[in-house]
Parts: sequence; C-alpha cells; structure tokens
Amino acid sequence: MRSKLSFFQKPYTLLAVFFLLAGQQALFSQDTLTETNSTHAEAHDEHPEDDADSFNAGEMIMHHISDAHEIHIIGDFAIYLPIILYTDQGLDVFSSSHFYHNEHHGESELAEEEEFHYYKYKDYVLYHEHIYYANVSGDEIAFDPETGEIANAAVFDLSITKSVAGIFLTVILLLLIFLSTAKAYRKRKGQAPKGLQSFMEPMILFIRDEVAIPSIGAKKADKFMPFLLTIFFFIWIANMLGLIPFIGGFNITGTLSVTLVLAAIVFIITTVNGNRHYWSHILWPSGVPLPIKFILVPIEFASIFIKPLVLMIRLTANITAGHIIILAFVSLILIFGETSEAAGYGVGVGSTLFMIFMFFIELLVAFLQAYVFTLLAALYFGDATQEAHH
Amino acid sequence: MLSVSFGTVIWSTIAFLLVAFILAKFAWKPILASIREREDSIDDALNSAKKAREEMSNLQASNENLLKEARLERDSMLKDARQTKDKIIAEAKAKAEGEYDKIVASARDTINTEKQAAITEIKHQVANLSIEIAEKVIREELKSTDKQKELIEKYISESKLN
Repeated sequence: MRSKLSFFQKPYTLLAVFFLLAGQQALFSQDTLTETNSTHAEAHDEHPEDDADSFNAGEMIMHHISDAHEIHIIGDFAIYLPIILYTDQGLDVFSSSHFYHNEHHGESELAEEEEFHYYKYKDYVLYHEHIYYANVSGDEIAFDPETGEIANAAVFDLSITKSVAGIFLTVILLLLIFLSTAKAYRKRKGQAPKGLQSFMEPMILFIRDEVAIPSIGAKKADKFMPFLLTIFFFIWIANMLGLIPFIGGFNITGTLSVTLVLAAIVFIITTVNGNRHYWSHILWPSGVPLPIKFILVPIEFASIFIKPLVLMIRLTANITAGHIIILAFVSLILIFGETSEAAGYGVGVGSTLFMIFMFFIELLVAFLQAYVFTLLAALYFGDATQEAHH
Repeated sequence: MLSVSFGTVIWSTIAFLLVAFILAKFAWKPILASIREREDSIDDALNSAKKAREEMSNLQASNENLLKEARLERDSMLKDARQTKDKIIAEAKAKAEGEYDKIVASARDTINTEKQAAITEIKHQVANLSIEIAEKVIREELKSTDKQKELIEKYISESKLN
C-alpha cells in the first residue's frame, strides 16, 4: 500500500512542478521582469475593452480548438506554458505569461481582419498563437498584400504548447495506469485480475483478439501488440482528456501535428516491415495485364502515403468536429442571450440537454476513433507482413 | 489547428516514442506474458479436466462391463449349480429307486424262500403228525388179534387180485 502511494505521488508532484514552473512569471528569464510588468500595464490601459462589444462564435470556437501557449482554465486564470524558441542566438526560453500580459492592437487594411491583436515580448510577436520575429522597422507586424496573411519571419517554435502539455499529461496517465497494472500482474501471477487490472485486461484482450490477431494473424501479431496497445490507449486517453471540462479544453488528438506524428509512425512501421509480397503487390502486381499495371502501380504507390494521411485526417477531423459541436451549442446560448436574457435562458435549457447528449456521443467517439485508428494501423501492418497466398 | 507546428511534432514524437518504449518494456511485455501464461494454465486445467472426465467415463464403462460380466458369471454359475443340483437329485432319486427295488426284490425272495421253507416244514410236520396219528390209530386198531387177522386177510385178498 505504501509503495503504491508513493508511486502515485511521484508523477503528480512532477506534474505540479512542471505546471508551476510553466506558470511562474519570468522564471526562465529574470532580466526582463521589470520590462514586462511595465508594458503589461501599458498594454491594458491603451485598449480598454473595446472589441468586447459583441460575441463572435467563430472566433471563440477557433480559439478553443486551436493549440495555444497557455492552458486557459476559467476567467482570468490560466496556466502559462514555457516558450522555447530556437533562434540564431540559440535557445530562448521564457514563460508565455510575458506574451499574454503584453497585448498589442493593430490595424491594417491588408490583414484578414482589419483590427487585430497580437502579443509582443522581446523581439517576438505572438499572432494567432504563432510566434514570429517582430519587424525592426515600420509596423511590428506586416501582412502580405495578396493573401492577407502575416508576412513576418517565423521563429522555430519548440514551446510546450497546450497540446504538448496534454501529450505529457497523457503520457503520465498512461505510465501511471499501465505500470501499476503491470505491477498487479507481477504481484498476482496466475490469479484472476483485480481492480484496475480487471478493467484494463478486457481492453488489452480486445485489442489482441479483435484487432491484432484478425488483422495480422496470430503468429505475427505479437510483434505489433506493444505498438497497437500504446497507440490505442494513447489516443483514447488523449481523446478523453479533451472531454473533461475545466482542465483547459485540450484538443490533443484534434491537433494535426499530433495525429501527423502518430500516422507517420504507422507509416514507418508499415514500410519497414513490408515484405517481398507487399512490395511486389504494389510495384508489380501479378496477374494484371501490362497496360493496367501502368494505371494500377501509381495508384498503389500513392496509397502507401494516402493510407496514413487518411488516418491522420480522420482522427483530427472527428475529434475537432465533436469539440466544435459542443462549443457551437455553448455559443448558441450566448448569441441568444445577447438579444434577450429570456431567450438566452430558454435556448440554454435545450442547448444544455443537447450538449449532454453530445457529450455521451463524444465519449463513444473517443473510444471509437482510438479503435478505428488502431484497427486500421493493424490492417496496414497485416498487409505489409502478409505472406503470398495466390 | 490545421497547420503543422514543428515544435509540437518534435515534442509529440519524443513523448510518444518514449512512452511506447517504456510501456513496451515495462508494461505490455509482462502483461501480455502473464495473460498468455494464465491462458495457457487455464487451457491446461481444462484439458486435464477433460482428460479426467474421459478417464472417469472410461472407468465407469469398464466398471459397468465388469459388473455385467460378473452378473453373467453369477447367472451361469447359478444355472450350473441348479443343473448340478437337479442332476444330483435325479441321480439320487434313480439310485434310491434302484436300491429300493433291489431291497424289495430281495425281501420278496427271502419271504418266498422263508415261505417255501415254512411250507416244507409244515408239510414235514403234517406228514410226521399223520404218520404218528396213523401209527396210533393202527396201534389202537391192531390191539385185538381178530382185527389184525381181518386186516391181513383183507390186504392179502387185495394183493392176490394184483
């Protein structure tokens, strides 16, 4: 019991320290402390809430599903994450609170939105959650006249963003859950599962017996089981984290960068494990007339890349869509609330009921998408390792 | 959301590979191994239970066979015994009857001989008695010389005829 407790405590304290560090203002660069505070005050005085006149649902939703450099909990309370920039002068590390406490507003006829706001710290500007070098001469932010997009040079941003923090949280949860499950297996060797172990075992067996073995075959499935289990539980827990309110509204698996990595790993494993039969099937399919080969081979070759791409987009789109729907129902209340209070309350009831319904659907989707991703990955592995049978 | 950030890519790659490696080594390997071990032991247990059941039924069948055989043997033994008994009884009966007949026959013979002897004895006695009686009668008759002369005369006359 004692060892179990200390095991649980350790990662939590680590996590707490991590977020404390991230949230500590100017912990990473103390020399700029005074400067920040002064500009912070200025920035807020300059622009009294003038753009808070009407609620913009689209902006609110995009803000919530986008990656950010802070974890916004509620109201003014946010956890500021560390910004890590790789510049010509080497690494530059500081808290994102420097940015968020230093808001600037600008106007440009070239920009998509004529009035925009950005954050500035040192030589960097944070615009729409991307970090650029501030222009030395003229406006700090310049826009491309044709596309209306920002023309500043981008900084190589290695920051711990909201999604990265979410991934770390997922990783910690995964380690916590499964290392203790593994411990239970060691302790209760040959006995029936108990507690957390008995909750996880059916899942593990489900992945083994319903996903890996039918797709890959009993003999070769063992080799891929660790990866399939990791990716299934990683996606599932990440999906679930996105559904928990008041922890910052993570959208980990709805972030393209994350699903890109997962899909790329699937692609690499598939390609590395591809046997003769797999490659010959793609590059020179047997039993097909020569002219058809010229059509088929490019299609088959493209499918190597399309398959993981589809994996990536499906997961991102599904999870993001779920978040958008729930946020849209929240927005509905606020929009009606703006016209009249009664309408806001009226719509609120229906919206809330529908949101509860959507939450249940999202719980299902969280599992389903993890399952689908794992199943398809297993099918691709199965394709790659299949022996010739015709 | 729909743009790829290299920082996120790098961090997620590191984090995912790390967790995949740690879990593969310290969680999935022991978990899958012990699940397999348990499944194997359950399989073994089920197989041996099945085997035991088969053995049990085999044993039962052989028991039944044995019982059946024993019953048959008992029946045949009983039959034999009955037959032997009947035979013995029949033989005894036959022997007894023979003996009885023999005894009866010898008895009858003895009776007959005894009877014959008795009859002969009686005949002797009767002859002796008759002779004695005849002697006595003749003595009485021949007490007077007249009578003797008369009789002699009679017999001589009769013998002259011949």
